[in-house]
Amino acid sequence: MTTTPKPHWRPHPTRRLILRGAASVALLGLGNLPFAAAPARAAANDKYPEEAFRQKSEADAIKALYGKTAEPSDKVKLDAPEIAENGGVVPISVTTTLEKVSSISFFVAENPSALAASYRIPDGTIPAVANRLKMARTTKLTAIVEADGKLYSATKEVKVTVGGCGG
Amino acid sequence: MAIRRRDFLKRAGLAAATLTLPRLARGTEAASIYDLERFGNARILHITDTHAQLNPVYFREPSVNIGIGEMAGRPPHLVGRAFLERFGIRPDSADAYAFTCLEFEKSAGRFGKLGGFAHLKTLVDRLRADVGERRSLLVDGGDLWQGTGLANVMQGRDMVEVANLLGIEAMTGHWEFTYGEQALRDNLERFKGEFLAQNVFLTEEAAFNDAPAFDKAIGRVFKPSIIKELGGRRVAIVGQAFPYTPIAHPKRFTPDWSFGIREEELQKHVDVLRGTDKVDAVVLLSHNGMDVDLKLASRVTGIDVILGGHTHDAVPQPMPVKNAGGTTLVTNAGSNGKFLAVLDLALDGGKVSDVRYRLLPVYSELLRPDPAMAELIGRVRAPHVADWSEKIATPDRLLYRRGNFSGPMDELICTALRTELNAEIALSPGFRWGVTALSGQAMTMEDLLAETAITYPETYVQEMTGAEIKDLLEDVCDNLFNADPYYQQGGDMVRAGGLSYTCTPDAAIGSRISELKLGNGKSLSASHRYKVAGWASVNGQPGAPVWDVVGKYLRSGRMMPERLGSGVTLKGVDGNPGIAGQG
Repeated sequence: MTTTPKPHWRPHPTRRLILRGAASVALLGLGNLPFAAAPARAAANDKYPEEAFRQKSEADAIKALYGKTAEPSDKVKLDAPEIAENGGVVPISVTTTLEKVSSISFFVAENPSALAASYRIPDGTIPAVANRLKMARTTKLTAIVEADGKLYSATKEVKVTVGGCGG
Repeated sequence: MAIRRRDFLKRAGLAAATLTLPRLARGTEAASIYDLERFGNARILHITDTHAQLNPVYFREPSVNIGIGEMAGRPPHLVGRAFLERFGIRPDSADAYAFTCLEFEKSAGRFGKLGGFAHLKTLVDRLRADVGERRSLLVDGGDLWQGTGLANVMQGRDMVEVANLLGIEAMTGHWEFTYGEQALRDNLERFKGEFLAQNVFLTEEAAFNDAPAFDKAIGRVFKPSIIKELGGRRVAIVGQAFPYTPIAHPKRFTPDWSFGIREEELQKHVDVLRGTDKVDAVVLLSHNGMDVDLKLASRVTGIDVILGGHTHDAVPQPMPVKNAGGTTLVTNAGSNGKFLAVLDLALDGGKVSDVRYRLLPVYSELLRPDPAMAELIGRVRAPHVADWSEKIATPDRLLYRRGNFSGPMDELICTALRTELNAEIALSPGFRWGVTALSGQAMTMEDLLAETAITYPETYVQEMTGAEIKDLLEDVCDNLFNADPYYQQGGDMVRAGGLSYTCTPDAAIGSRISELKLGNGKSLSASHRYKVAGWASVNGQPGAPVWDVVGKYLRSGRMMPERLGSGVTLKGVDGNPGIAGQG
């Protein structure tokens, strides 16, 4: 997780890349392994959100994780490719200008279980998360940012294609 | 020849929009169509998607190029008469022949072939001499190194030599990447110009492993831009490679690189060129494809002109697109060496005050081939010409490829694959390169290679269920007709032999394709397994190269049967000006 402690220095880009790389490896487990195998880890609340990871649909997963719905916000910046170069590892990231961020979560609507990853953001942390997600097929991707007790979201369609036949 | 020249003089109802009227009184060579009125202080010449066609070619523009949603009826999605009307081109003129499919065979006899690098060299030199020293720049939008048997065996080295002699100063890429990183880098060592791509980055693994990159701090693999002084003003050229290279082609060619449109990185870079470098103009040399460029122009600010390619659209006039920072002009300069775009800029203290744009057809009958380039072309071709000059067929009809759904050239390839590989169904990629063969004129192995020469030509035969076949057609169809151009990859629909279907382009993915039928009229069953032959798979395949399979079929003296049992019925696009006939 890119939990840089102070927002006032600009990390050396190479270093940041390495940090992001490391974060992706560490977090793949959350995104891709069966939830049962994952250890208890921080999410929207202190308990491992087993129920939320168990839900099939995005709406049910959001409900199980947060118990409320999110409103779309242009302050949530979701970066993901329009067409995935490899559906097995799709690089995505979220940053936000919202204040008092406490968690960031990703939902892949068309995956067998929609909740892919959820991060708790401690106080004083830059709210920026990069991850790699497995996507079974073309899907809506949703990022939810919990800030000051409210939920804000951004969505993007990510196309997973068989490829080929380029001009 | 003389008759053809006269035809030019008499018929040159050249579009007022694109060319000045020929000064007939001159009587020499009729080349006055290339006398351009002087304008501005910087001239940028642009070629794109030449697909390594060293010699002049016949190339029929599409009769089906459908735009849906916002793109319906908007250039480039106009064909035939609708195209002529939109751009004020006289029917029956040389320009009507160059820019549209209308009366192609008849006009081919009258106006001859277009393009050819020796002819192009003459025209380029002339247009550069016209404006004087340090006032012009020649750029190439990519797909320069692929499209012929020669380019394929030489991995593009032939085209690097040609590019150097032609004087290309900057280029970007697409098929260039399919030779793999090593061959690409070897070629770029020899290339005297700059290879520009703001949108190619190291994958995180490659960055971690210290793979080579132009800008290691951000992982940008190639130089993003150059700044050239033209007419005493500074012009930035930013390169935009084909964003979907590792998806449209086997990923194994570029394992360390990640592409994408990279709008944000582009905006940042343009802002630096404007804010820090204080350039007078920013030009994007793009291989996005025209619909993607039109969307990008509405979202990224600070670009004066996008010189576009990839979708092979010969669009005579730029499309102005408004965005938050002003207006960006978007062009697309056709393919196969048929056209040379001339962008004249009036630069005036930090901005472009006016623009003239012309897309000049390179009429090989009107241009004397440049001797040095002709000599170079002869030299690079010499080792292979004998091997490939064998006549393998005489087409019994006009064979062209370009069109959204089908073309007789691909129908022939599909027929050959089905016959030789004993399959019920054949699939062939919807490439937009590949030249046109006239009925009754000998076709050689070199001609066949010009339809098929790629670095992953292996054929395959596999069993697929009806449901899998439908899914595949849906997937490719979405690449063509997604309502959001950023989700399109360019290229045309995969060609199907022994299979007919109905397509509803403006439907959603998953519901565009219906009524799939085999050649014998029987409906395709979702669960039944069918034997399917094909080539150009993004997954490695073990079969013989497609040119050997099709060559074998043609050598046996067969062409296409009268009844193909294939075909596409279109739904929901009645009256769309992107349709002028079959294809």
